Amino acid sequence: MIEQYIPIFLVLAFAITFGVVTVFSSEIFGPKRPTSEKLSTYESGMKPIGTTTERISIKYYMVAMLFIIFDLEVIFVYPWAVQFRSLYNEFGMFAFYSMLVFLIVFEIGYLYAYKKGGFNWD
Amino acid sequence: MIPTALEFQLLLPVLIIAAGILISLIIEMFSSKSEKILPWFSIALFVSTAYYSLLTVGHERIIFNSMLAAGGTANIFFFVFTFGAAIVTLISIDYIKKIGMYYGEYYILLQSAVLGMMLMANAQDLVMIFMGLEQMSVCFYILAGFNRKKIKSNEAAMKYFLLGAFATGFIVYGIALMYGVAQTMSIPAIANGLLIYSDNIIFVAGLLLFIIGFSFKIAAVPFHMWVPDVYQGSPTSITALMSTGGKAAAFSSLLIIFTPLFATTQSTLFQPYLVVIATLSMLLGSIVAIAQTDLKRMLAYSSISHAGYILIGVAAGSELGIASVIFYLSAYTFMNLGTFGIISMIENKDEGNLSLNDYSGLGNKKPMLAALLAIFMFALAGIPPFAGFFGKYYVFIAAIESNLTWLAIVGVLSSVISIYFYLRVVVVMYFQKDENILNVEDSSPALLGIMISALLVIVMGIAPGSIINLISNFVK
Repeated sequence: MIEQYIPIFLVLAFAITFGVVTVFSSEIFGPKRPTSEKLSTYESGMKPIGTTTERISIKYYMVAMLFIIFDLEVIFVYPWAVQFRSLYNEFGMFAFYSMLVFLIVFEIGYLYAYKKGGFNWD
Repeated sequence: MIPTALEFQLLLPVLIIAAGILISLIIEMFSSKSEKILPWFSIALFVSTAYYSLLTVGHERIIFNSMLAAGGTANIFFFVFTFGAAIVTLISIDYIKKIGMYYGEYYILLQSAVLGMMLMANAQDLVMIFMGLEQMSVCFYILAGFNRKKIKSNEAAMKYFLLGAFATGFIVYGIALMYGVAQTMSIPAIANGLLIYSDNIIFVAGLLLFIIGFSFKIAAVPFHMWVPDVYQGSPTSITALMSTGGKAAAFSSLLIIFTPLFATTQSTLFQPYLVVIATLSMLLGSIVAIAQTDLKRMLAYSSISHAGYILIGVAAGSELGIASVIFYLSAYTFMNLGTFGIISMIENKDEGNLSLNDYSGLGNKKPMLAALLAIFMFALAGIPPFAGFFGKYYVFIAAIESNLTWLAIVGVLSSVISIYFYLRVVVVMYFQKDENILNVEDSSPALLGIMISALLVIVMGIAPGSIINLISNFVK
């Protein structure tokens, strides 16, 4: 039972060792010539402005929630569409109607978000 | 396999509620009068589901590729959930207007929570249990914080969410470990191999994590920390559903897991654990409730001690034990709903009038409400001829028949302690003079809901035999 997991443990041990060794070896063996630019926060070459803990508008929360709705739709619909031929051979029209029911439930939720103003930015 | 029409027909209670949620969403979208339509629509939905569940209680079958069960105990739980939710809706109508927290989604979330409870009660697969649990819990997290202008309500939602999510983590980890050993999530399939698995330490650890997670949900000591704050802070109508339907749903899932354990010779595997948490819950709940002056907080501790009594029935591990658990849960549901209904009527819009002193002289001011509250207090204390007495009676009988006599004695002692704080409410109502004027807004829907629960509590107390026989028929 436990022997089956030995490869996983090996990969895990290798990953940990690799991470630790690379981080610390560059720390130990690397040359250190610090300048003020090198020590500042990395900001893709720009000069860093402000703090990292910016306040973010609550509106992005709606975007995140709506994203989850669409994300879920894709997760279910895409594999279904790819495999529809074999699903149809096995289940017949039931395969189609199942997705139809899912989409109706889904669209009602989408419509609700729209009606309640979830897509309004202001 | 394609589900047959019969399977859909047997699943109709769940499907009615699911369709009702969608229709409610459409009503809420397009109607400006949804505040008036939705509660009555929900009540019609819940009552028709309750009726249909009782109608088809005899059609016991495993449906949908052994994902769900239909009929039998599942339908009895359906009845408790939906009828309880109908009473909660009746209580809510005027309450949420008074508190000023109508945001449209209230009734929809209520229906959604009930759908989650129903999936928990008829699941035959660990994933279905988890899905139902999440659906119920997420709705409760939102509803607990529904009075969003009040800081206490927000605190309750936050605490409930964090601790509930933590408990869910235990459950998922437990499911993962059980799946790792059994290589299936189907509960009947796991039950078949239970004799082999129960020697496997990983499987037992998974089952233990699963049960610990549910101990959170049923509010058993030592996993009870969230209960007083959440029950006190949440809107009273939501506390009513959380303490009854939510608890009953968690117990129904525990029974689904424990029934196959009892059927094999492994019934004593978790008995020590159950006995310990039952004892602790009963005693701590009853003793700490004595010190409470806030009625909602007192009922929160009382709910902890009731979880202990119900766990005695689970620990007994016999058919009578399971039947007594279901009887106790239904009795407890209606006792508690009535009590919270009265509290929600007396509560004023700033969440005042919740302490015990506010009830002094209620017997003169509002004789009707006082009499009903007295009935529920007697019932919760376990005094015949109300349902609470027979709930405890059957649970203790089951314990004695399973050679747990001492646990029954602890239970009796604990209910003696609990009589003090239940009857204190009655004493304050009738024997304490108070000249202050108590403004209680009349609410006929809430009163109707309270009277229906009172009626059920009395009927279950007068004719418990026929009800426990009905339940025993479906307990295997």
